[in-house]
Amino acid sequence: MNDQVAIIGVGWSGFKPFTPEVSYKEMMYSAAVRAYADAGVDPRRDVESFVTVAEDFHEGTSIFDEYTPDQLGAALKPMHTIAGDGLHGLATAAMLIKTGQFEIVAVEGHSKASNILTLPEVTAYAQDPVINRPLRLNTHFVAGMEMNRYLYESSTSHEQCAAVVVKNRRNALWNPLASFAADLTIQEILDGPVLAWPLTCRESAQNVDGAVVFVLASEQRARSLCEKPVYILGTGWCNGSASLESRPWAQLPYVEKAARMAYQQAGIREPLKALDFVEVDDQYAYKELQTLEALGIFTFGQAAPLTEQGFTDPDGDLPVNVSGGSLGIGHLLDATGLSRLLEVVLQLRGEAGARQLIEPQIGLAQSWRGVPTTSTAIAILGI
Amino acid sequence: MGMRKVAVIGAGMTRFVRRALETPKELAWQAAHQALQSCELTMDDIEAVCLGTAPDSFDGLHMNGEYLSDGAGGWQKPYMRSYVGGGTGVFVPIQGWYHIASGLFDVVLVVAEEKMSSFYPHAQAAFLTIFDHTTERPLKPNLLWIFALEMNRYMTTYGISKADIARVSVQHKRNAAGHPAALLGDSQITVEDVLKSEVLAWPVQRYDVSPVSDGAVAIIMAAEHVARRITDKPVWIEGVGWSLDTAHWTNRDLAYPRYVESAARMAYEMAGIKEPKKEIHIAEPYDPFDYKALHHLEGLQLAERGEAVQLYIDGTAARDGNMPVCPSGGLLGVGNPIAAAGLMKIAELFWQLRGEAGERQVPGHPRRGLAQAWGDLMQVGTVVIMGR
Repeated sequence: MNDQVAIIGVGWSGFKPFTPEVSYKEMMYSAAVRAYADAGVDPRRDVESFVTVAEDFHEGTSIFDEYTPDQLGAALKPMHTIAGDGLHGLATAAMLIKTGQFEIVAVEGHSKASNILTLPEVTAYAQDPVINRPLRLNTHFVAGMEMNRYLYESSTSHEQCAAVVVKNRRNALWNPLASFAADLTIQEILDGPVLAWPLTCRESAQNVDGAVVFVLASEQRARSLCEKPVYILGTGWCNGSASLESRPWAQLPYVEKAARMAYQQAGIREPLKALDFVEVDDQYAYKELQTLEALGIFTFGQAAPLTEQGFTDPDGDLPVNVSGGSLGIGHLLDATGLSRLLEVVLQLRGEAGARQLIEPQIGLAQSWRGVPTTSTAIAILGI
Repeated sequence: MGMRKVAVIGAGMTRFVRRALETPKELAWQAAHQALQSCELTMDDIEAVCLGTAPDSFDGLHMNGEYLSDGAGGWQKPYMRSYVGGGTGVFVPIQGWYHIASGLFDVVLVVAEEKMSSFYPHAQAAFLTIFDHTTERPLKPNLLWIFALEMNRYMTTYGISKADIARVSVQHKRNAAGHPAALLGDSQITVEDVLKSEVLAWPVQRYDVSPVSDGAVAIIMAAEHVARRITDKPVWIEGVGWSLDTAHWTNRDLAYPRYVESAARMAYEMAGIKEPKKEIHIAEPYDPFDYKALHHLEGLQLAERGEAVQLYIDGTAARDGNMPVCPSGGLLGVGNPIAAAGLMKIAELFWQLRGEAGERQVPGHPRRGLAQAWGDLMQVGTVVIMGR
């Protein structure tokens, strides 16, 4: 068994709303080449197993895992797909190394959202075909309902949700990968078009194309290959209720459970003290607040006032989504968790450029698989 | 430090049927519940859940894994769905293995479910979108055609007759006659019946191919210290292997599945097996088509290239032979709900190695068995070796 697993290479490509100049395979290839160069490994010689994350309907191809090996250098090697978020893929790669069977494993996630002509219809096809589909629920409508319930139970105001958008899109101004950087006011967000009341368009992340690849290694290999390995201190993932009817709508017990699993591995008792910064899901602005509470960082109802007071700003006590988050960067479908983990790695390595935090030691990334799921994954990294 | 030992301690399966009235969630839960009962555990004892199910297009459900989660027992638990096309059924126990071997979990529920009948009128159409969107889809290939190409290539390369290949179908369907969950068990079927069946895409005929089916299978896996506490007869995972070849299947020599060889070699190495022909006592190669079982036996190094059919001719592959092949009845006999069919092979080895296979029991107290699945575009091999 290998006790410790480290990230020794990262690579990315795309991160644009439209990428007509490249196919998903070319985007994966570019990201992989960068990651392998960053780690100093040859995929054919050194990488022993590969994991990709994808969903068939996002790809427009049945059994999509067929088309994953070639552009990663994985042909005729142990490779498999996880139908989950990129952070599920990361947890899988870490498990593969911990068994002792593999020393170096690569993880890939990508989005070619601009190829999907009917994304709202596709996501609606994730609802229960017997009980929910006949109601013709739009995905954003379900999010609007959740937001409304959250605002009601936690006594959060709509202005406070909008403050999340202001912060994240402003953070994105310092991130060259971000497509939706902007300096907005709370009023501009509230006055914008409504998506599904009370949710407004500007409180919902837009999709971008992109690919992210990570190279992971056992502690021993990491030390010989890499000057600054970033260690995976803990991973956690959990599903809650699959049905809309039997879940709590204001709180996220599945995020609480996943967080407990990750904190336990990392030996963290007080997350607010232990974590230097976090990158959490913000597909919808209210989700950031809801998630920070579920992660045990703030108590229920406290995330909104603290956000308003600047506690989660880049120069605040706990910077949240200093990358710009999905609201600022754009959402990368199944690769979203990896795009947020990329920020955690860059910050810990001191390679975050203009948005570099002062010597962070431990960071957390979290993702949610979107409506109608209650599926989350978490990774805690440290140096 | 050595690797953590992982055992299978319980198994359950639904009947494999052409058109189940249950929803996919219900099928998954029936199998999971049976597996739990078989080792007297409850969901409270389960620390994580692994799910296998093949393409979402069968059910017309985006993120089918998320939909199935509560049915499969993945409620308020770490839950993940792994996916390697048709190879998924034998991959999902590998996923369970690494969950436990990593040291993160001690008891894991592994579920494979497939409901192909939701696709109307026929699940074949779900396979129209597995081909490359630029180079192949315009030709409108059908899955049966590419199997016909491969079967033809295999027969031509080694000079094997249709009548000899039909022996595989006959033996598997006869074996399945003793399986209470089987869809196509038939103790009376003959080679003549296979050769007279309807031609689907020459040389593939109706009885050369496994049926479209619905069903679910579940197993419980545990770390050594837990397994020994729960059962006197744990069945150990001795080796696992998987290998995914290039997507450019048209550039491959279809006569030999090198990806199966690559997966098998990984598993043999882990299990410390040097002479597979002697050391494997029961083989459950993937048999969605009759020639496929032969093809895979060769890839698994259990027969020389072009000679696997001899195992059927000389009786080695029979239930009372030296190396029984698919004593379960395989996909040809029990049925082929894709992912569930692969996990059915693991469940069969579990029952056979514990001496609990009833009418299908292989004589002579077999000690070690191998299960294998295959999938994607003639592309992926997944192998698990189990022993007591």
